[in-house]
Amino acid sequence: MFPRILFFLLSCVTLLSLVFGLMSGSLPLPPGEVWHALWGGDGGTAAEVLWQLRLPRVLAAFACGGLLSLAGVLLQALLRNPLADPYILGISGGAAVGALAAMLLGAGLSATQFSSLGGALLAIVAVFGLGFRSGERNIYRLLLTGVVVSAGCGALVSLLLTLAQFEQVKGMLFWLMGDLSQPQGLPLAWLVLLAVGLCATIFSGGLDVLAGGLDKAAALGVAVARWQMALYFAAALLTVAALQLGGSIGFVGLMMPHAIRLLGVSAHRWLIPLSVLLGGSFLVCADTLARTLWSPLQLPVGVFTALLGVPVLLWLLGRRR
Amino acid sequence: MVFEMELQTNNLTVSMGGKIICRDLDFAMRPGECWGVLGQNGAGKTTLLRTLAGLHAPQAGAVNLDGKPLQAQSRHEVARSLAVLLQSESGEFWGSVLDYVLLGRFPHRTALFGYSAADEAIAQQALAQMELLPLAQRPLNTLSGGERQRAAMAQALAQQTRGYLLDEPLQHLDLRHQLQAMRVFGQLKQQGKAVLMVLHDTLWAQRCCDHLLLLFPDGRTLHGAAHELLTRDHLEALYQCPLRELMVEGERCFVPGV
Repeated sequence: MFPRILFFLLSCVTLLSLVFGLMSGSLPLPPGEVWHALWGGDGGTAAEVLWQLRLPRVLAAFACGGLLSLAGVLLQALLRNPLADPYILGISGGAAVGALAAMLLGAGLSATQFSSLGGALLAIVAVFGLGFRSGERNIYRLLLTGVVVSAGCGALVSLLLTLAQFEQVKGMLFWLMGDLSQPQGLPLAWLVLLAVGLCATIFSGGLDVLAGGLDKAAALGVAVARWQMALYFAAALLTVAALQLGGSIGFVGLMMPHAIRLLGVSAHRWLIPLSVLLGGSFLVCADTLARTLWSPLQLPVGVFTALLGVPVLLWLLGRRR
Repeated sequence: MVFEMELQTNNLTVSMGGKIICRDLDFAMRPGECWGVLGQNGAGKTTLLRTLAGLHAPQAGAVNLDGKPLQAQSRHEVARSLAVLLQSESGEFWGSVLDYVLLGRFPHRTALFGYSAADEAIAQQALAQMELLPLAQRPLNTLSGGERQRAAMAQALAQQTRGYLLDEPLQHLDLRHQLQAMRVFGQLKQQGKAVLMVLHDTLWAQRCCDHLLLLFPDGRTLHGAAHELLTRDHLEALYQCPLRELMVEGERCFVPGV
């Protein structure tokens, strides 16, 4: 019963967060005007702002938050480690090196995105090739390979930042902290989110079994190696899509699944949709605040995800005995 | 006949970390039989059980379930006929005891989303058999070691298979629950199911098992009828320590000698 109520509540929160995101900005719009501008079809300034700027932005923020949360759920199930987040396997490290290298060479936006995609794919293949062996003890090998590749990428990122011109550094830092002002591949990201989310929910029973240990899962009829591979690549796909939308936004992928668990829901058939809703609406709110609080200055959204999320999670952790 | 099951090994050689655990083992476990596996710490009881469950690859030979090699069957097929109780679980499970026991229904699941009412009823029944109903809604990770062990057994019971492989089913259990668990295993046997368990207590092996498999420290194995194998000479060789044989109300007991 409780998960159903939570699902309903979070659906309402999602709707409210989207409306909040559409209302806020340098041209504040009351809800009535948002409705009118969206469906009135008179093509005024308000409609233009909404359709051209705010709607893509809130949709990107929601998709990005949902993708990261879902990737977090899948990786925490794959690695059976509560500290797993979408970036633990070096994917964001590879993407960051790709993006920053392109920026250093003075590449434009699309070339930068393309280069970050290349870096991410390289990291995915490298970590899988070097670290993936099926079996109970080998999951640490994958985890450690990811951490090592991440560390290597971190060093390269520092090197690239040092080599960069002074005026390039700010753009690089924004990329690193996560920024939703130039989302790429929005329709594709939504497609990935919906497709992987649906598949993961359908196969959620297997995820519950895997969380109980690999030998146990095999004894209960799960083809463990196949599942691990599917989980790895699904999480990688989600992470790449999220990176293309907003760079490496921290905190969401790690903590949203835990927030739902701390509320008392742990079965994956509920954990998956609830985490996606919570992560999506959370990122919409964080992004809206990031672009409006100090406007016209736009703050990186990654700052707000942590500033907003840390107190809430500390409260949840303290509440639960 | 659907309920007939046979787990049989064919020239099975099992090794772990370079140590040979058994060589060319041929034995068959039939419906209604209860097998006990005895041996020292490190003799390879768990590895042998994992091999019989298809979780550890044999070095040579094969394990056949219903005449077909385990490796040739999908995990899903195997899980519908063989339940495995493992000694330790590495996983983190966040849900309630009932959720945990429901996982035993995974191989038989028909509902696309979650578990059906029938599955839930079976899980409740398994919880009742293990006297866990009052704890059904508690988070699994708040249970004591013995309660957790009973939850794991309830999960295996919920799987409703024809064969059960149990690795130290009595660990962490107090005397009353040891008795309770053994009664449940006796019922399984009477229902024509095949049970194999790794044990340390020779008394339980004598009371409950009709067949034994002894794993000696030197890699030798012996298997056969329990009353023939359960002798002082065999057990002294098995555990490499002096034993005394006592008769208590017509029941043979072995206690460590001095």
